[in-house]
Amino acid sequence: MSLRRYALAALASAIFAGSAVAKDYELLNVSYDPTRELYQDYNAEFVNFWKASHPGDNVKIQQSHGGSGKQGRAVVDGLRADVVTLALAGDIDEISKLNKGSLPADWQTRLPDASTPYTSTIVFLVRKGNPKGIKDWGDLVKKDVSVITPNPKTSGGARWNFLAAYAYGLKANGGDEAKANAYVQELFKHVPVLDTGARGSTITFVNNGQGDVLLAWENEAFLALKEDGGTDKFEIVVPSLSILAEPPVAVVDKNAEKKGNLEIANAYLKHLYSPAGQEIAAKNFYRPRDEKVAAKYAEQFPKLELVTIDKDFGGWKTAQPKFFNDGGVFDQIYQAQ
Amino acid sequence: MSRRISPVIPGFGLTLGYTLVYLSLIVLIPLAAMFVHAAQLTWEQFWAIITAPRVLAALKLSFGTAFFAALINGVIGTVLAWVLVRYTFPGRKIIDAMIDLPFALPTAVAGIALTTLYAPHGWIGQFASDLGFKIAYTPLGITLALTFVTLPFVVRTVQPVLADIPREIEEAAACLGAKPLQVFRYILMPALLPAWLTGFALAFARGIGEYGSVIFIAGNMPMKTEILPLLIMVKLDQYDYTGATAIGVMMLVVSFVLLLLINLIQRRIETPS
Repeated sequence: MSLRRYALAALASAIFAGSAVAKDYELLNVSYDPTRELYQDYNAEFVNFWKASHPGDNVKIQQSHGGSGKQGRAVVDGLRADVVTLALAGDIDEISKLNKGSLPADWQTRLPDASTPYTSTIVFLVRKGNPKGIKDWGDLVKKDVSVITPNPKTSGGARWNFLAAYAYGLKANGGDEAKANAYVQELFKHVPVLDTGARGSTITFVNNGQGDVLLAWENEAFLALKEDGGTDKFEIVVPSLSILAEPPVAVVDKNAEKKGNLEIANAYLKHLYSPAGQEIAAKNFYRPRDEKVAAKYAEQFPKLELVTIDKDFGGWKTAQPKFFNDGGVFDQIYQAQ
Repeated sequence: MSRRISPVIPGFGLTLGYTLVYLSLIVLIPLAAMFVHAAQLTWEQFWAIITAPRVLAALKLSFGTAFFAALINGVIGTVLAWVLVRYTFPGRKIIDAMIDLPFALPTAVAGIALTTLYAPHGWIGQFASDLGFKIAYTPLGITLALTFVTLPFVVRTVQPVLADIPREIEEAAACLGAKPLQVFRYILMPALLPAWLTGFALAFARGIGEYGSVIFIAGNMPMKTEILPLLIMVKLDQYDYTGATAIGVMMLVVSFVLLLLINLIQRRIETPS
């Protein structure tokens, strides 16, 4: 009896003293492919930030990267992510739906800007000197232009590519959906290879020399330029219109709570919105939300007309089944041929 | 003399029990789970999924390329085994060790390396495109990748059997007046065929399920160069677990029937009536 009481007392003191006693945290951030460099930088910044107010704590942050859908599925199947930072809100929706109690269905309202602390867009990467004279989406369907994009069925990035192209198709034809369908259909006739992920397509374009244009995340395109001799081989073309790609972030409450990480996990995501976090996003070629930081990097990110998934496509809950599920607009392209 | 001959490993009951538990945990339960999951579908739904035009095109491609890759290795693998067994030359041990490399290499690495070489601008691919055809991003490229990853099977199954056939038998046949072709047809082939078929079946089965090395070189164009395992991944990316298992079950059944057929042929050969 006394032993139990003693244990209880020890437990209670551990809980109440928790805030004052140094703690060890191990945080797992499950993310998608092109954010590797971003989160390497950000994790170092966050550990410093946290230690400033919690000097005794030990914080270890692990990153996991892969295709957005695959990563989402890993979390559904039991990968104990404290936070998810994926390419599509739809993938986090699926986690909330398939893994009951992991995070609430309205997770996107918990942080500012629909839980997307940074954005990106889709641009064209072309070969140096732009030999095919590609300036806008319309040029992609010209004779002997070949376009590299990953498969929208397996790649989150490719879905943004596809919707950006579709948005151009709508705009160029005064909102006529049948004509927009015809445009993307024609566009995909110019695609010789459909890789399964964004990195795969970058390899096909950069290393294997396939295609004249790579449809890419803006940050991936900048990264390709940053590589050795990238600026000698490629240049970025910004089309007249593109899509505001919003990769969202969320705490997976159930996992974070179990691991005692709820507080630090929330702080981890919140700090992304701070000037320091925004600066790191901009340095890694993601468009910051913070206006001051955005103004500072205005030269890096040219202004262009951007459609959004929520306003122009009714959100992922509508767009995913309409365009990408079995029998959707993308499938019809290949059935019509 | 006692009636029971004691086997090398004692305890028939124990070993059989172990075998069954092991097989269940590793093979039977996972496969059964797949069937159970697929059973959520009605027969009509299941049939609609596996007879969709894209699935059928992928089915033809996967089984076709795996078959040809196994066939190519059947010929080249036998020649390789023959060279390694019947001749001694400097570097033989090294070549012998190289045969197993495709197993050791991560398949994705193999896929990327092959694509880089055989893409239209690649070292080897450029000659093909000069001649007016493409290797990477066509079924030809898929067959190539499968040939690479399944290379060891035929060599490793044929090699020991070939080593067991004494050269004297061939010489005796020659002394009795058999021509080289007859020696091959009546002496070597009957002895080698069962092992060869095993190697062929293993290579074929491995080729059907191969994903990592193929995915980079295939081009993944719907209806043209999409393999079945990719379609499973596509379904999974839509969180359509049931659809994915339906294709998985279909692959399993077709593979099982084909392997069973090969086994039956083997038995026929081994026990001539």
